[in-house]
Amino acid sequence: MATVSIRNLEIDFGTVQVLKTLNLEIGEGEFIVLLGPSGCGKSTLLNAVAGLLDVTAGQIWIGGKNVTWEEPKDRGIGMVFQSYALYPRMSVRGNLSFGLKMARTPHQEIEKRVAKASKILQIEPLLDRKPAELSGGQRQRVAIGRALVRDVDVFLFDEPLSNLDAKLRTELRVEIKRLHHELGSTMIYVTHDQIEALTLADRIAVMNGGVIQQLASPKEIYRRPVNRFVAGFVGSPSMNFVDGTLKMDADGAGFVLSDGTRLSLAGYEFSGTPKDGQAATLGIRPEQVDLVKTSEDATVLPIHLTMLEPMGADSLVWGHVSGTQFSVRIDGEDHVTTPATIDAFFSPSQSSIFDKASGARL
Amino acid sequence: MATATMTAGTAALEPSGPRPKKLTADRVGLYVFLVIAAAFFLLPMYVMIVTSLKPMSEIRLGNIFSLPEAWTIEPWLQAWNSACTGLNCGGIKVGFWNSIRILVPSVIISIFIGALTGYALSLWRARGSNLLFAVLLLGAFLPYQVFIYPLVRIYSSVGIYGTMAGIVVTHTIFGLPLMTLLFRNYYASLPIELFKAARVDGGGFWAIFFRLMLPMSTPIIIVAVILQVTGIWNDFLFGVVFAGRENLPMTVQLNNIVNSTQGEKLYNVNMAATILTALVPLVVYFVSGRWFVRGIAAGAVKG
Amino acid sequence: MKTRRRMNVATYVALFPAFIVVVFAYLGTMLWTVQISFTESKLLPTFAFAGTRQYERLFATSRWSISLENMVIFGVGLIAVCLVLGFLLAAALDQKIRFENTFRTIFLYPYAMSFIVTGLAWQWILNPTLGLQQYVRNLGWTDFQFDWIIRSDRAIYVVIIAGVWQASGLIMALMLSGLRGIDQELWKAAKIDGIPTWRVYVNIIIPMLRPTIITSVVLLSLAVVRVYDLVLALSGGGPGISTDVPAKFILDYLFGRANIGLATAASSILLVIVLVIITPWLYYEYFRPKRERR
Repeated sequence: MATVSIRNLEIDFGTVQVLKTLNLEIGEGEFIVLLGPSGCGKSTLLNAVAGLLDVTAGQIWIGGKNVTWEEPKDRGIGMVFQSYALYPRMSVRGNLSFGLKMARTPHQEIEKRVAKASKILQIEPLLDRKPAELSGGQRQRVAIGRALVRDVDVFLFDEPLSNLDAKLRTELRVEIKRLHHELGSTMIYVTHDQIEALTLADRIAVMNGGVIQQLASPKEIYRRPVNRFVAGFVGSPSMNFVDGTLKMDADGAGFVLSDGTRLSLAGYEFSGTPKDGQAATLGIRPEQVDLVKTSEDATVLPIHLTMLEPMGADSLVWGHVSGTQFSVRIDGEDHVTTPATIDAFFSPSQSSIFDKASGARL
Repeated sequence: MATATMTAGTAALEPSGPRPKKLTADRVGLYVFLVIAAAFFLLPMYVMIVTSLKPMSEIRLGNIFSLPEAWTIEPWLQAWNSACTGLNCGGIKVGFWNSIRILVPSVIISIFIGALTGYALSLWRARGSNLLFAVLLLGAFLPYQVFIYPLVRIYSSVGIYGTMAGIVVTHTIFGLPLMTLLFRNYYASLPIELFKAARVDGGGFWAIFFRLMLPMSTPIIIVAVILQVTGIWNDFLFGVVFAGRENLPMTVQLNNIVNSTQGEKLYNVNMAATILTALVPLVVYFVSGRWFVRGIAAGAVKG
Repeated sequence: MKTRRRMNVATYVALFPAFIVVVFAYLGTMLWTVQISFTESKLLPTFAFAGTRQYERLFATSRWSISLENMVIFGVGLIAVCLVLGFLLAAALDQKIRFENTFRTIFLYPYAMSFIVTGLAWQWILNPTLGLQQYVRNLGWTDFQFDWIIRSDRAIYVVIIAGVWQASGLIMALMLSGLRGIDQELWKAAKIDGIPTWRVYVNIIIPMLRPTIITSVVLLSLAVVRVYDLVLALSGGGPGISTDVPAKFILDYLFGRANIGLATAASSILLVIVLVIITPWLYYEYFRPKRERR
C-alpha cells in the first residue's frame, strides 16, 4: 500500500509559520504535484514528508504507518533532488548501490536492482562513468535510478527539472510520465513550473503562503480556478483580469466595467448568490476570446486592439478593455489590423469571476 | 523508540509533532572533543600569561599551571625596559620600535608594487607576462636559504647590507609573489566592462590604475595588509641576516633575550617579552576576524 | 597608434620591478648559489672548480644526514597529525554547534604567532624541572616523565607537537571552507539512502576534499622544508644535533662556520627537494585537462 496521508501538519521556523494546519490525502499510485511560487512552502512540505525536517505539530502517514518520528531511510521513500546530489567520486554503479550496501543488502539483490533500474532508465552504458562525465539529463536519470533501486512505493521529486535547459526539460518530463505509467508508484512532485504540473499530475495542489489554495485535477484547476491566485498562476499566457462591479437586475447578471460598459454574464454558474453592486474581478483566458461570434450566447466584449505578436502556431493580440491591458489568442494564420476597436466575444460560462476583496471565486 | 506526546485526544503512543530530542552521546562527545582541543590550543597562552605575572620565587616551585599567588607586573616592565640582549640592556622596546620601522615601509612598498604588478598582469598584454608570473609564483615556494648568500653579497656591494633599506628591500622581494597573486586574482575577478568603459573614456594605464582600480581595491588591500603585517612582524630569518645590529626586529631580540642569557634564566621576564612580541599580530588577528580567514583562503588556495 | 604604444610601454615599466626581482633576486641568486656549490669556496667565494666534492663532503657529514632525517620525521609527523586534527576540527565545527566563532578563533590564533614565540612557549612548557613534568610530579605522580625535550631520541617529536599546535588551525580553516562548499542536498540524499554520518565523511566527503587535502600537504611540506625559527627557539637544534634541520645546518655553515661551499651545496639539495614536491602539484593544478566545474 502506498498511500500518503498528511494530517494537521504545522511547521514553524522560529517565529515564522511556514505551513498551517495542512491536510492532504494522496491515493495509491497517484501522481500529485505541489505547485506554487518560491516560498509557498511546497519544498518544506516535501522535506517534511521525507523526514528531513522536523514538524512542529501534526502527523505524517506513509503506507498506513505513522512515520512522523521515523528516519528518512525507514519511511519507504526515494527522493530526487534539483541538483541531482550524486556522489561525485563514485561511479554511476557506485551511486546506485551505495545505499543498498549500507543496508547490508545481499550482493545478488543489489546487482538485480541496479540492472533493473538502469534498464528502465536506459543508463546501462553509463554504469562505469563518474557523474562529472555525464550530461545534465543523464545525471538526472541516475538520480532517479538511485531512488528506484530502493524498491519503494513512494517517490518524492524536489524540482528535478529546474536545472535543465528547456529542451531537456521537455524530454525528461515525458520520461517521468512514462516511468509513472510503468511503475505505478505514488509520486509527489514539487515544481514552480505550471506546465510541468499540468502535464504530469493526476491532481495538483496549488500552494501559496503555506496553505493549499486548490486541490484538484489539472483540468479542474485550469477551467474553474477557486481563487484569483490560482487563476493567475496557472495558464500561459496568463488569464486576463478586468475589475468592475456586479449588477443584478431585471436583465439578469451583469458586469459593469469602469467605463460604464455592461457585459452580460448569462450562463455563468455562480456558486452562491451574488450581491448587486459587489466589487468583482472578471477573469477570461486569452484563448477564450474570439474575434468573431461563434455561439449564440456569447457576450459582446468591446476591446481596443493595439499590437499583434506572432508566435508561430498562435498569435497574441494585445489591447485594452476599459483601460486594462488585455490579450487575445488567435490562430497564427489569421490576420488582424491594429490599431482597431472591435467587438470581441466570450462565453461567460467559460470565464471566472472573483470577489475583488477576497479573491474567492463567486 | 519514540516516547509519547501528551496531547489530549490522541492515543497515548501515537507519534505526533516534533521528534523527541535525545541528548545523544554523539552530541556530548562532540562538545567534549572541541573543549579539549580548545584547551590544547589555549594552554601555551595561558601558561605564558600566568608565568609572566609571577615572581621568580614561585616559578622555581615548578607549578607551571597554577595561578600566581603574588601577582606582579614587574617582569613586564623589566622585559620592556631593561631586558638584556647580548651587550645592550635596553629592553625589548628597542626591538618593538625597530619592528615598527621595518614594518611600515615594507608593507606599503610591497603592497603597492604587488598591486601594480597584479594590475599589469591581469588587465594588460605584455610579452612574456605569463612566464614572468609563473616564475614569480615558483619563487614563492623555494626555500629562502637558496637566496641568502648571494643576496648578502649583492647588498654588500650596493652598500645596503645590514641597513634598514636592505631589510625593507628583502621583504618587498619576498612578498612580491603573494601580493601579486592576490591583486592579480582580484582584478581579474572584477567585471571587465568597468575596465573597457574606462578605456573608452580615454583612460591610460596609469590613470586607470590610480583613479579606478586602486580606489576599488579596499577589500583586497585589507587582506594584503593583514597578511603582510603578520608575515613581516613574525619574520625572523631576514631580520637576523639583513637588518643589521641597530635594526634588529622584535623576534630576533626576543630570541636573544631568552636563549642567550647567562646566569639564571628569568622565565617571567622571558614570557612577558614573548607575549609582547606576539601582541601586534594577535591584535591584528582578533580585530580582523573574518578578513584573516579570507586572507588565508586567498593566499593559500592558489588560483 | 601612438596611444597604444605608449600604453604598452607603461605596462613594461610597471612590470619592471617584478622582472628585476625574478631575474636577479630569484634566478640570478639561485644560479649563483648552485655555481658556488661546485667550487672550493670557504669563507669567500672563489672560482676554483671543485666538481662534486662539496656534495661528497656534505653527505659524509653526519650532521647533514641527521638533519635530513629529522626533516623527514618532522614532515611526516606534522603533515599526518595536522591533516587528521585539522579535518576533525573542521568536521566538528561544521556540525552547527554553538559558539562556533569562538572555537574557530581559538583554533586559528596560533597561526598568527611567530615561530619564535611558539618555540619559546613550548620550550617553557616542556622544561623538565620547571614545566609540565614537574607540575604533574607536584600533583603526586612522582614518577611522571616527560623530558623529551632533553632526550636526543625524543626531542624531534617535541618539535612536531609545537608545529602541530601552530599549523593545525590553518589546515582546519582550509578544510572548513572546503566542507562549506559542499552541496547541502548531498547530505539530504545520503540521509534518504540511510548512510550513517561517519560513512558519509569517509566515503563521500573526504574524497571530495582531495584538492584541499593536496593543497594542505603542499603548503605544510613547504613549511617543513623551511623550518628554522621554530627549531632555533624551541631547542636550538639540540640536544646536541638531535633536532637539527637542513635550514639550520645551512645557516650555521653559511655564517657561523664560514663554509660557503658546503652551505650552498646543502641549499642546492634543498632546492631540488622543493622542486620535486612542487612540480607535480603545479602540473596537477594548472596543466591537467581542466576538470569540469560543478
